[in-house]
Amino acid sequence: MTSSIETATEIRPFHVDIPDHDLDDLRRRVAATHWPEKETVDDESQGVPLAMIQELARYWATGYNWRRCEATLNTLPQFITEIDGLDIHFIHVRSQHEDALPLIVNHGWPGSIIEQLKIIDRLTDPTAYGGAAEDAFHLVVPSMPGYGFSGKPTSTGWGPERMGRAWAELMERLEYSRYVAQGGDWGAFVVDQMGLQAPEGLLAIHTNMPATVPADLDKASQAGERAPADLSGEERRAYEQLLRTYGQVEYARYMAARPQTLYGIADSPVGLAAWLLDHNDAEGQPAAAVVSALSRTASDTGELTRDEILDNITLYWLTNTGVSASRLYWEYKGGFFNAKGVSIPVAVSVFPGEQYQAPRSWTERAYPNLIYFNEVDKGGHFAAWEEPALFAAELRAAFGSLR
Amino acid sequence: MSSTVQTGTDVRPFLAEIPDEALDDLRRRIAATRWPSKELVGDRSQGVQLSTIQELARYWASDYDWRKAEAKLNALPQFKTEIDGLDIHFIHVKSRHEQALPLIMTHGWPGSVIELLEVVGPLTDPTAHGGDAEDAFHLVLPSLPGYGFSSEPTEVGWDFARVGSAWAELMQRLGYTRYVAQGGDLGAIVTDVMGRQAPEGLLGIHMTLLVTTLGAPTPPSGDTEEERAALDAIKTFTTSGFGYFLEQSTRPQTIGYALLDSPVALAAWLLDHDTDSYYKISHAFLEGEPAGNLIPDHILDNITLYWLTGTGASAARAYWELGRAQALAAGQAPPDVSLPVAFTTFPDEIFQAPRSWVEKSYPNATYFNKADRGGHFAAWEEPELFSAELRAAFRSLRDTKGRQS
Repeated sequence: MTSSIETATEIRPFHVDIPDHDLDDLRRRVAATHWPEKETVDDESQGVPLAMIQELARYWATGYNWRRCEATLNTLPQFITEIDGLDIHFIHVRSQHEDALPLIVNHGWPGSIIEQLKIIDRLTDPTAYGGAAEDAFHLVVPSMPGYGFSGKPTSTGWGPERMGRAWAELMERLEYSRYVAQGGDWGAFVVDQMGLQAPEGLLAIHTNMPATVPADLDKASQAGERAPADLSGEERRAYEQLLRTYGQVEYARYMAARPQTLYGIADSPVGLAAWLLDHNDAEGQPAAAVVSALSRTASDTGELTRDEILDNITLYWLTNTGVSASRLYWEYKGGFFNAKGVSIPVAVSVFPGEQYQAPRSWTERAYPNLIYFNEVDKGGHFAAWEEPALFAAELRAAFGSLR
Repeated sequence: MSSTVQTGTDVRPFLAEIPDEALDDLRRRIAATRWPSKELVGDRSQGVQLSTIQELARYWASDYDWRKAEAKLNALPQFKTEIDGLDIHFIHVKSRHEQALPLIMTHGWPGSVIELLEVVGPLTDPTAHGGDAEDAFHLVLPSLPGYGFSSEPTEVGWDFARVGSAWAELMQRLGYTRYVAQGGDLGAIVTDVMGRQAPEGLLGIHMTLLVTTLGAPTPPSGDTEEERAALDAIKTFTTSGFGYFLEQSTRPQTIGYALLDSPVALAAWLLDHDTDSYYKISHAFLEGEPAGNLIPDHILDNITLYWLTGTGASAARAYWELGRAQALAAGQAPPDVSLPVAFTTFPDEIFQAPRSWVEKSYPNATYFNKADRGGHFAAWEEPELFSAELRAAFRSLRDTKGRQS
């Protein structure tokens, strides 16, 4: 093996070590924010309300402590390795249980690896969380290209297809010859692509944002047409939810068209925070789960807190990845929730707060090799972040049959 | 008349006087800009290119002088008056020719009164600009609510119909009983609405953007080559150049935070309009080859006005109001325009409206012409040509007996 190849496939340990100067600069910028006037409505229909973002900014500049998040990240084994010309950052936690099932979990937008931190112990050390040793996973949590501590692509082409191939290469490099993959949001797009690519060793995928919509209904819902008369009750519910969602994704359409024009999310912390907060879930835009987290200062049970929201936003800020993350939308030219034709084994968990609740009927058609389907009673778009215990339990159950 | 009513209809002189501190802060912020990585493509298809905005920022922080723009504004008679609860800023230049035709012109987004400054001379003083005394206009240039030195609405409901009514009130308050109206971009929407409202005294309207087809629920006809080319241009715009419209019409507050806090964010946002104007402006900065009057100083006068007045979010909100008004109308067709309508198609506009579409939209189309040069910001880019168009467009509406308000 030549040294250049060694360099290219090398796996280097990584520690987060943000200079004080960057944190000072962030606080200074937040404190110096030049604000717009208040929105002219009493609700969230014009975007993130002024009072909400001002309260968050106040805490960000005066109470929030990034070093706590950094310490948490640095207790985990983190690495960087170059794949397909790009540095990929990932967390890699091996379970103490040797026959644990290797699992790669993909975050989405406006998220990051921060979304997955609360499921790591639950998945890798199940006996400490009421599970059995046979439930254990070896866990790999990569940062998508252009996100967090991964490199930023300098040329076009890094869409979900290429990421899917990179994750297969990563798992091979980590010498996992049999593994499973999981994702929500963009992570769901990536695991669907992995399902289509069916790399050697990939046993199954689990998605919490399944792409199940039949082609005719996909077209009709995107065109804003009324629900056809022949839908079942839960299909009708899903269709109505899709209509709502398509009215809330102008942020996605914008990033798909003009990611570079968002200079403000590189230059203004508050501009970035507002942009990242204004993602929807079934209960609202900004997402109800995130809005309720903004007033939750602590949680013993894994509920999403204000600090976690800021950990994620601050990670985007400190890595200056607002724009590079947005480019993923530009890269992707495919459909959103349409069935993609994945034929390998697929497990699906349906969370009530997701963009739409995939009906079993559509799911069975979209994923003919469906090995698991479950509708849970709480949790939303950021399922792992909002309901880590439930989410971990879902993954154990979903992949149980493959061990 | 009670004193409260007097206060309400008072027309107060106005001067732009920005404190030094605001200009220092602006320069400081530009110099401290934190940049994203370069776009991954060689054109504008991912948005405003890094090299363009960095050159704009360099010039803005080091060479640009707002005080020149301020002096230019303050050389013109400016006023504020409260209409429908809101302070409206406007420039009002009366021609020395008594029989001049009163004309109210409305700017658009991402513009302001700045885009109309170059036509003030040719329109009000035509004899000094190759025209005749009979071509003269008395000119009124208001700033839209939420734009420039006009106040920002603090409640919902300032849609373009309300703006149109406010402009009619303004012209009446200025004592004009016979006048015409003109606009492009959002100004064309206001002007179109005024045509439909047909307030007493409004004689006719002129527009440079065919707003009846841009947002039409059913596409206009594509029977001729000219119509098909226009349909293609509209499709290109609504599929690739429409991002700002979608964002501003749904989440103006969210994007507003970046636009108010980062000068470079604001500049990029305002530059990212139609393809033609973007490349013209980009060339003006990078190669020093401006198109007509779209020179770096003029571009920055407009952007700096948005910055200093902190109106990025309130200006964006006009699109939210547009969306709300459309939703409330629920597809109900507005009343026809029975007043005379004049239209000029500029070759580099978002689409070149064919005569057939103009005549279909406005059965009483009295003037149609295709200009040789100019784009979306026609008045800004080609002030002489634009002024000549307005003279020709409104000539038939002048009172030949010389009777005037």
